[in-house]
Amino acid sequence: MKPRRGLLDPQGKATQHALESLGFGEAREVRVGKVMDLEVEAAGPDQASERVEEMCRKLLANPVTEDYEVSVVGEVSE
Amino acid sequence: MRVAVVTFPGSNCDYDCYKALQLFPEFSPEFRWHRDRELGGVDAVFLPGGFSYGDYLRPGAIARFSPIMESVTAFARAGGPVIGICNGFQLLCENGLLPGALLRNESLRFRSHEVHVRVETERSPFTLAYEKGSVLRFHIAHGDGNYHADRETLAMLEGEDRIAFRYVTPSGDLGPGSNPNGSAHNIAGILNTERNVLGMMPHPERSVEALLGSTDGLGIFHSLRAHLSGATAPLATTATEAAPRD
Repeated sequence: MKPRRGLLDPQGKATQHALESLGFGEAREVRVGKVMDLEVEAAGPDQASERVEEMCRKLLANPVTEDYEVSVVGEVSE
Repeated sequence: MRVAVVTFPGSNCDYDCYKALQLFPEFSPEFRWHRDRELGGVDAVFLPGGFSYGDYLRPGAIARFSPIMESVTAFARAGGPVIGICNGFQLLCENGLLPGALLRNESLRFRSHEVHVRVETERSPFTLAYEKGSVLRFHIAHGDGNYHADRETLAMLEGEDRIAFRYVTPSGDLGPGSNPNGSAHNIAGILNTERNVLGMMPHPERSVEALLGSTDGLGIFHSLRAHLSGATAPLATTATEAAPRD
């Protein structure tokens, strides 16, 4: 998840300035977020996605300040 | 007047709130542990500062789901006075009793120093003993005190006189140096629609004795005491005088 577009992201801004001073001025906008890996027991990827979306809505993300994306990246065998 | 001070794992300003309340013979402060289900018949609730759950995930994000919060939320929705200080304010925004959110300080640095705030409204159980426009000296100690809300919410807060405190310079204006963390509109504290829930980032409980450098925080407690005694109209009394001791 990452800070919503349009929100001032101080970390992103600081990172962008640092990149600029290192000669990477072409990096115009930087937003710093986080990745959470969840191992979820579910009947299938759709159910897992649905439950994780619910987790995001309830706890994992703050809808006022964060955008999030849920994607199933694989399966863990028993 | 029984006042609950809620302690979460990581809260560290609970004792300061408790001791500040003890300065007033009318208050009987009582600790509540986050796992308690019942608030009991208290008259007011303090959600103190600290680092509940280590600020993991987001400050206040996990504390809001503590068992005690069901009771606190019901108490707040029924009109009971609730004040969230620092981490308490973060918690109240996370659980929706207050709008908006507290983001990382704009400077990205933890700010621990004196600030000046201006009283923006006397119309609340926590500010009725102050005079609107007074400049108070408090302390802040936070890394995530940058108040943010969308444009509509900010307009609503301003329009409904729900901004309780604003960061100002010592002379009381919004000039350079007034804002320690980038908060929108220099907001240091806000009220809910019904005006019984206050969230503020500065620590009034640290400004209650001359020895601590400022007694400007006493007004919060004077106000609460007056409110619980039945006063409703603003009463700009000598809000910063030390409370009489028994």
